[in-house]
Amino acid sequence: MSWTFLFRRLLLAVPTLFGVAVVVFVLLRVVPGDPIAMLIGPGATDADIAELRRLYGLDESIAVQFLYYLRDLAAGDFGTSISMRQDVMELVLGRLPVTIELCLVAMAMAIALGGTMALAGAYWRGRAGEATVDGAAGFILAIPDFLWALLFILFVVVFALDGLPISGRIGHDVGFRGATGFLLIESLARLRFDAFGSVLLHTVLPAAALALPLAAIVARVLKTSINEAMTQDYILMARVKGFSRARIVCREALRNALVPTVTLTGVQFTFLVGGTVLVEKIFSYPGIGNMAIDAVINRDLPLIQGLVLTFAVLFIAINLLVDMSYALLNPRMRHG
Amino acid sequence: MTGAPPRDRPILSVRDLHLAIAGRGRHTPILRGASLDIAPSEVHGLVGESGAGKTMIGKAVLGIQPSPARISGGSVLFEGRDVTHLSERERRALMGRGMGLIPQDPMTSLNPAHRIGAQIADVLRLHLGMDRPAAGARALELLNEVHVRAPERVLRQYPHEISGGMRQRVLIAIAFACRPRLIVADEPTTALDVTVQRQVLALIKRMQAQEGASILFVTHDLGVVAKICDRVTVLHGGRVLETGETRRIVEAPEHDYTRALIAATPRHDRPGDLLRPVPEALTARLNAEALAYDAAHGSHG
Amino acid sequence: MAEAAVSGARRPRATGATTRRLLTNRRVVLGGAVLLFFALAAIFAPLLAPRDPVEQDLLLQYVPPVWSDEAEAGYLFGTDNLGRDILSRLIYGARIALFVAVAAAAAAGLLGTVLGLIAGYFGGWIDITISRLVEIWMAFPAVLLSIVLVAVMGTGLHSVVIAIAAIDWTRFCRVVRAETMAQKQQDYVASAVTIGLGRARILWREILPNVVPLLIVLFTLEMGIAVIVEAILSYVNLSLASDFPTWGGMISDGRKYVNQAPWLMILPILCVIALVLALNALGDGLKDALDPAMRR
Repeated sequence: MSWTFLFRRLLLAVPTLFGVAVVVFVLLRVVPGDPIAMLIGPGATDADIAELRRLYGLDESIAVQFLYYLRDLAAGDFGTSISMRQDVMELVLGRLPVTIELCLVAMAMAIALGGTMALAGAYWRGRAGEATVDGAAGFILAIPDFLWALLFILFVVVFALDGLPISGRIGHDVGFRGATGFLLIESLARLRFDAFGSVLLHTVLPAAALALPLAAIVARVLKTSINEAMTQDYILMARVKGFSRARIVCREALRNALVPTVTLTGVQFTFLVGGTVLVEKIFSYPGIGNMAIDAVINRDLPLIQGLVLTFAVLFIAINLLVDMSYALLNPRMRHG
Repeated sequence: MTGAPPRDRPILSVRDLHLAIAGRGRHTPILRGASLDIAPSEVHGLVGESGAGKTMIGKAVLGIQPSPARISGGSVLFEGRDVTHLSERERRALMGRGMGLIPQDPMTSLNPAHRIGAQIADVLRLHLGMDRPAAGARALELLNEVHVRAPERVLRQYPHEISGGMRQRVLIAIAFACRPRLIVADEPTTALDVTVQRQVLALIKRMQAQEGASILFVTHDLGVVAKICDRVTVLHGGRVLETGETRRIVEAPEHDYTRALIAATPRHDRPGDLLRPVPEALTARLNAEALAYDAAHGSHG
Repeated sequence: MAEAAVSGARRPRATGATTRRLLTNRRVVLGGAVLLFFALAAIFAPLLAPRDPVEQDLLLQYVPPVWSDEAEAGYLFGTDNLGRDILSRLIYGARIALFVAVAAAAAAGLLGTVLGLIAGYFGGWIDITISRLVEIWMAFPAVLLSIVLVAVMGTGLHSVVIAIAAIDWTRFCRVVRAETMAQKQQDYVASAVTIGLGRARILWREILPNVVPLLIVLFTLEMGIAVIVEAILSYVNLSLASDFPTWGGMISDGRKYVNQAPWLMILPILCVIALVLALNALGDGLKDALDPAMRR
């Protein structure tokens, strides 16, 4: 892949990022009129309010506030959380690995499940197998991730599956404190398999809830792309070469179906990340999604702002990665 | 080994083949009892305009259901075995060492996701049981044989990195890789420009002579047939109108349609000649004959 | 005259064909029936609900549903942690769900359609500006954005509706913009321009009617999304005070007491799923039935 391509994509993300910053500013400072109303508890005095206003630079004009805001953002300074009394950047970075690991597990599950469904559907094309895959994908897709999360919890409770935890990220009895937030990777690297197993077990259900809708979309798009590839001349060639149908679907058609699939499903990865907000809350999973809801409930303006911006940056980064991945998958673009 | 059939016995025998597109109460015949025989080491031209059903015969010979049509009668005997009723497993076993294909469009017939080397080596590994290094070495040899320039580099390249003529050479190498006894060449030069066309024809002829394979050469171009084929079958509306030695067909055609086809073919020895399309009256007469055939034989299926 | 008679005769027949296509489409009929069921429940809630949905009865907490051995007579689906009748809360919950669905889809549809028509028809810098705006909008997680919006505006039904519209107008905008651009290439718009119709008139009279089938489909699908978002917002207690019978709020209560009374959660979840499935089926069915050209 060429560096100019990468550079151009990075450059294109800049105006989007700026737009995102503007929207967050407008949303949180201009729309509600007086953001102090969000900050103060009952019984605050006028002096308290004035103090707060000065503290947050709210006594300046909107334009000056905006410049301060941009300056702080550029310096990576998101301010101090009101409810946690800690630097927002530190708080967010502390929780970010949790959500990243959750999303990676979910993506792996989605690709594995969606890929299997797509291959099965393409293999049994025009027969009961394909109809089953289509029906399953349609049903999965109709139910959003947070309802799947709740259904899983119900399932665990009703059938008393005590082995599957429905809240938290690691068992209390495991006694593993990572130096980083990447508990899965770190426990594996330190050969603490008990900790790894515990984190994985805690991650299975929230990840599955996040993964299901994406899996259904991957199944649909990939199956359609494989079926499309199966009509190409090189597939006839492969049949004449004497390859089995399984091999033709997996080796000849799949590779060529990946590029359109990644292009079409790339956006869906961002939906998966967005889904963590609720799914983490439902499973009391300590990531930035859970933190975001708490921040909203606590009316913690700096933290809300930091988290919304973090999610936006994540979304833009994912889109960038998607663009890069299909450049890597497509041999035509590799040398271009 | 099944043992090669005696030299006088045809390697391929298409017998009274009927094929039709059926669906929603409609029954559209494509092949109306077509028959032809190919002897071992013979290059047999199958000539006709588009829609004559010649590509359908090619697919049926390879044992592939020529979707959306279905075979509704007759047989295709390859070395005495009917390939129209093979199971998928039996058909696959027949490919490679039994039959090969040189496809029409070299631009779309190589898999864009795999390197050239891998696409030659995979047949060798499947049918000849070669390991990876042996198959790679043999692939290089084959590329040399089909006169691909810089074969070591081409092995590692992707299809989009080489020209159409080179791709067709690669496909010829694949077709001959497992030394098949019959090759179906489906308009192998139509998509190429004239100079490349001549080279590719010469290459097919040379490889055929070297390997002793039979070829079913499907084409609409009698000029190409005259250059490469031992015998010719002329097809129209799914019926065989005439069959015989190439020389005899070209010099003394018996059927009006063959004569018309010859008149419609550019000739290098007489470049000044005016080309005449097949007369509409003749086409209309042939179509009427085809419909009369359908009426006389009833609808299959 | 003759022409007018012909077109006059043709129109009702075309409508009849569309109606027939709609009524023979399984998804339209099935989705429509379920939607009608919930709509009737919502409209006649005061007549249908056996009890006051907010009336608490602390002596009758956690009464299990009728299929359990410990069920109480008169409480079909049991009671919740505060002894409120679950069936009545579900029926009144349908009211809130459907009100939000219709209002939010209408608001999002109006905003998105207007912007999409403008962007698609005028093109140029107007199109670039609007498309850029859509792109920036899509860079936010929808769920988080809606939660923040409601937090900023304060809880309440109107906030929920505005939040959904403010986020999901992009869905309408993108589709309508693309469709308008496609329609603009068609002959009838060119002929409208040549006979000197004003731009606003062309948009209103010529282009809009051709996007209507698409809008109906999008509207139906958006209702499904709105039902989900409302459930999400009431799940995190941002929709209405928890006293109000919202499905999301019931799910939220159910999650808290899932170990004592799993049925608290099952029924509202099933209601959300049934309504959303019905709206999706209806939308997809309409897509097939309304306009064969849309299946391209």
